[in-house]
Amino acid sequence: MSHLLEIRDLLVRREGRTVLEIEHLAVAPGEVLAVIGPNGAGKSTLLLTLARLIEPARGEIRFEGRPLAEQDELAYRRAIALALQEPLLLDRPVFSNVAIGLRFRHLPKDEVVRRTETWLNRLGIGHLRDRPAARLSGGEARRVSLARALAIQPRLLLLDEPFAALDPPTRAGLLDDLQALLAETGQTTIFVTHDLDEALRLGDRVAVLLAGRLRQCGRPEEVFGGPADADVAAFVGMETILSGRVLACAEGRVIVDVAGRHLEAAGELAPGQAVLFCLRPEDVTLWPRDGVPASSARNRLVGRIVSLAPHGALVRVALDCGFPLLALITRASARELDLAPGMEVSASFKATAVHLIPHSLFLSSRGMMNGEEGALSWTTK
Amino acid sequence: MQNVLELFTGGDPEVWQITLLSLRVSGLATLISLLIGLPLGTALALGRFPGRSFLLSLINTGMALPPVVVGLVVALLLWRSGPLGGLNLMYTPAAIVIAQTIIAAPVVTGLSAAALQALDPRLRLQLLGLGASRVQMVLALWLEARLALLAALMAGFGSVISEVGASLMVGGNIRGQTRVLTTAIVLETGKGEFARAIALGVLLLALSYLVNLTLTWIQQRGARR
Repeated sequence: MSHLLEIRDLLVRREGRTVLEIEHLAVAPGEVLAVIGPNGAGKSTLLLTLARLIEPARGEIRFEGRPLAEQDELAYRRAIALALQEPLLLDRPVFSNVAIGLRFRHLPKDEVVRRTETWLNRLGIGHLRDRPAARLSGGEARRVSLARALAIQPRLLLLDEPFAALDPPTRAGLLDDLQALLAETGQTTIFVTHDLDEALRLGDRVAVLLAGRLRQCGRPEEVFGGPADADVAAFVGMETILSGRVLACAEGRVIVDVAGRHLEAAGELAPGQAVLFCLRPEDVTLWPRDGVPASSARNRLVGRIVSLAPHGALVRVALDCGFPLLALITRASARELDLAPGMEVSASFKATAVHLIPHSLFLSSRGMMNGEEGALSWTTK
Repeated sequence: MQNVLELFTGGDPEVWQITLLSLRVSGLATLISLLIGLPLGTALALGRFPGRSFLLSLINTGMALPPVVVGLVVALLLWRSGPLGGLNLMYTPAAIVIAQTIIAAPVVTGLSAAALQALDPRLRLQLLGLGASRVQMVLALWLEARLALLAALMAGFGSVISEVGASLMVGGNIRGQTRVLTTAIVLETGKGEFARAIALGVLLLALSYLVNLTLTWIQQRGARR
């Protein structure tokens, strides 16, 4: 597969401090890469570097097979488009804002008009054509900003937090529209976000950037289902993260001691190895106290309900099984099981749903978790 | 009072000549200040180069240059035995334009720099990220700051149309040649011709108002866009 963009051994320093360090990252034509990470992880720096607005201290960026250093700066900047986090619209009517990138490129006037109107309509803001940018709502301004970048039909689109600071309904609508547009146009895009939901929705692949370093990159299910280390796990929301020790390992089956309980996981690890036992709450099934039927789930526990909290259309159940365990179930299930705090229930989960991370990494990231030494913890989203 | 009325209705040719000269000299000085001040102010606002802060403080000080000091320096330069004496510019309208440009240029430069610095610094990155060349970026920023830039222009014009010290010193207040509204007012007041002085004062105010009214109209039309 030939890459549209390839980064090798990139190092960006600002005010004498390393803010970004990426060994390798590549984007294929037509691909949408979601770069996720908390605030201050270097996501925006990455975009500015890719837009050639920050000069890296070291490393090579290749665009269409040629190093950027060998390409004309303006020609490259005109091959791509960048939309920063704030809409940063100019004090002029919407049409003029959306057309500006095309005018910078000296496109013929009728072409500018045609493309600007097309993209205004595609983003559902055709009716705002003549409205001054200063009189737009936050959601409208964001749509103008996206139309402005998309109208350029760049070979590479860079989007910085395209949905930040929007109210949930506005954000949901824009997310739907952008997802459809990117799929329809096959626009190669790198977008950064701290929102996992956006990354899952839009990203063909997800890259996790933590403290300026690329920690993992892969398909969403790879990253979310198998975080490379504890930091990634904590960020992508493996919400039950327990500290344990491998007791035995045979035939791809690992027995882990977690707070005195013996739990099973899939994997290959040496006995005695300290591990983090990661589990997504949606992978935990709840049953009545004594009613666990025969199933393939290797782990069955009895726990007491500590709390029940609505979580969107679901209910988040916190259990005490000798260690804290989170489960995410539907409201209907919660009703049928007649769940209430203090009640005892059985919980089960498959060995394959468990993600084990060697403990040495845990030690390096203890600060990210709110549990106590050697015990168990929940990360909060 | 009758004199005042006569001045306006009678169309005294000398008054019109003085008024036109004032407008021409100060207008030209403002225009030259704009040609110097806008690029320089832009460089100061957007550029990062050694001595930038020093230059900026110098410009800001220059915004309060006393016209008589400017008049003195220009007179020393243009005096027959001065370094630029060979140009024979002393006591010509050109000398007044030079002096007024020195007065207005720091005003236009300083206010232009302030106008551009007031813009969101990320706007520059965004424009470049949309494919703007450096020139296109600067033009877009000028357009974005157009209201404040017009205000800089008005302040520049205001500082020279109303000054008297420099015009008097390097122009010499020669009747029919270098007499402008302000120097004429000084002269008439000195002669005790208060009515004429008042009339010229009113004319100066009216002129200043008219120019600023036009610029304000352009500015506010821009604001409504």
